[in-house]
Amino acid sequence: MATQSEALTTKAVTTERAARHRAWGRHALSYALLILAATVVLLPIYMTVVNALLPKETIVAYPPKLFPSDPQWGNFTRALDEVPLARYMLNSTIQTGVIVIGQLVTAALAAYAFAFLRFPGRGLLFLIFLSTLMVPLEVSIIPNFQTVQWMAHKPDLEILGFNLAGKILSKDSYQALTIPFLATAFGTFLLRQHFMTIPRELRDAAAIDGYGHFRFLLFVVLPLSRPVLASLAVFAFLSAWNQYLWPLLVTDDDNMRTVQIGLQALRGREIDSFNVVMAGTLIAAMPMFAMLVAFQGQLVRGLTAGAVKR
Amino acid sequence: MPQLPAVGVLARGLAPLKNLGFGLLFLWPSILLFSIFVFYPLIKSVYLGFYESDPLGNQGDYVGFDQYRSVLGGSDFRDSLWVTVKFTVYTVVPGIVLGLGLAMLANQKLPGISIFRTIFASTVATSVAVASMMWLTLLNPTTGLVTWILEELGQPRLNLLNDPDWALPAVSLTTIWLNLGLATIVFLAGLQSIPERLYESARIDGAGRIGTFWHVTLPMLSPTLLFVTVVGTILAFESFGQIHILTRGGPLGATNVIVYSIYTEAFQSFDYGVASVQAVGLFVLVLGLTGLQLRFLERRVFYQ
Repeated sequence: MATQSEALTTKAVTTERAARHRAWGRHALSYALLILAATVVLLPIYMTVVNALLPKETIVAYPPKLFPSDPQWGNFTRALDEVPLARYMLNSTIQTGVIVIGQLVTAALAAYAFAFLRFPGRGLLFLIFLSTLMVPLEVSIIPNFQTVQWMAHKPDLEILGFNLAGKILSKDSYQALTIPFLATAFGTFLLRQHFMTIPRELRDAAAIDGYGHFRFLLFVVLPLSRPVLASLAVFAFLSAWNQYLWPLLVTDDDNMRTVQIGLQALRGREIDSFNVVMAGTLIAAMPMFAMLVAFQGQLVRGLTAGAVKR
Repeated sequence: MPQLPAVGVLARGLAPLKNLGFGLLFLWPSILLFSIFVFYPLIKSVYLGFYESDPLGNQGDYVGFDQYRSVLGGSDFRDSLWVTVKFTVYTVVPGIVLGLGLAMLANQKLPGISIFRTIFASTVATSVAVASMMWLTLLNPTTGLVTWILEELGQPRLNLLNDPDWALPAVSLTTIWLNLGLATIVFLAGLQSIPERLYESARIDGAGRIGTFWHVTLPMLSPTLLFVTVVGTILAFESFGQIHILTRGGPLGATNVIVYSIYTEAFQSFDYGVASVQAVGLFVLVLGLTGLQLRFLERRVFYQ
């Protein structure tokens, strides 16, 4: 009897071990594929790191060097010295910060009106908001550029006694980099969808407590919407920081360039030493990678908001 | 306290108007910005298309629809459109296949999988300028890694970005990599929204891995596939940075997509008239393509 049960146990153990072996085999294959895919995806970034650390003599090596033999950290300081890279980063930070805050404010206000206020023409107005999503920036770029030029060169642009020529929008100003992007249809839509899930009874109760619309938005709706506000903020950060065509057009002054455009200045200056250019590229890429690592969840929610039905 | 009926009616009648006042108070910043920077420019672009430009960029004679006919019917626009279509196919199709593949790999329940998810999503944190600079080095004709790999595969050593046959594939490769993170994130979210019980039913019905993929994963993923196709197409039609950095539309116009052509006409030749016609053409194309995709692909989409 005892032997029989012992035999059974042994059998069970061996099958279990075999199963675990099979599982490991499957996992090993999975990990192998995952590591292979990760290597391919990371290869351009890895090569940039290698190139950024190469000494000047070996950048022309062929076949290309896959490992940095004698890392030159000085390439990074040289990139920062050769062009005002720190200034570019500051410009990008200001531009991005203003756009993120501006979009949060305008989108929260608009989304509140669409979610909590019943008024004639609301549906139509909401459709008009959404229709702006269908107009690519590239289509409106010429008149927008002309608007900036016109504002700068209009000597008699006076409103209420203030001469506004060149003050609101002109080339090489933070206003020109930010104001055209302060409103967002996507953000309004995203926030409205969330605001609609807030029970209307809450509004009625708040009204009884004497809360007006502004106070209700500020002290009840917004605190209840922190995750979706974070998603919008991360999404806005991403698209503002990455802008290319508009900053290219409205910045001529070296001190007003954003980092995306400034990289081209670095490339022009360091045409023969791409190790320094790659070091600058890595510096420019850092804030976004930090964002990804810190706020991956919010970013994923923001990016997938339109894609997956929930 | 019983209210007078007339007051009640009056109050009810006034409530929407009062709300309209508040509504406009909340909406005016967005309305103002959209009016100045979206709707006015759209109308202005159509208007500018009716006028010729002199070489200094000043508005010239009214020519009406003639300019629309000559530009949109001309060979330059046709060439740009063809390059744009090729670029779209080269980037969207491989982007979907690779993005879905990475998402399926990352959708496994394994220890440490979140590290791989972050790695696969990482290109979303790369701007178009940063990605283009990275690939500029990889595609470098004398020291680039891609050049070297192609040579090892038996190709003669080429200056990829300066070769009319290779420039567009090279720019497309950069773009596929750049957009891969976004596609992976969206596909992964789509995969995770598929209920586990569907896979269990498929297993009970004796479906293998491939059968499950075709009969459960793909149909359930069809809204995501539609989204990635539409967004990918729009992104491709609006691409500018990688072309400005890598090829400047060349060689011989091989990478001169519509947006790049608008840029050179408007801001290098100062021909706002011709550029505006192209911009209006681009707008109609994007609108039409999105509409078509939603209409025809929507039918094949299976919503739960």
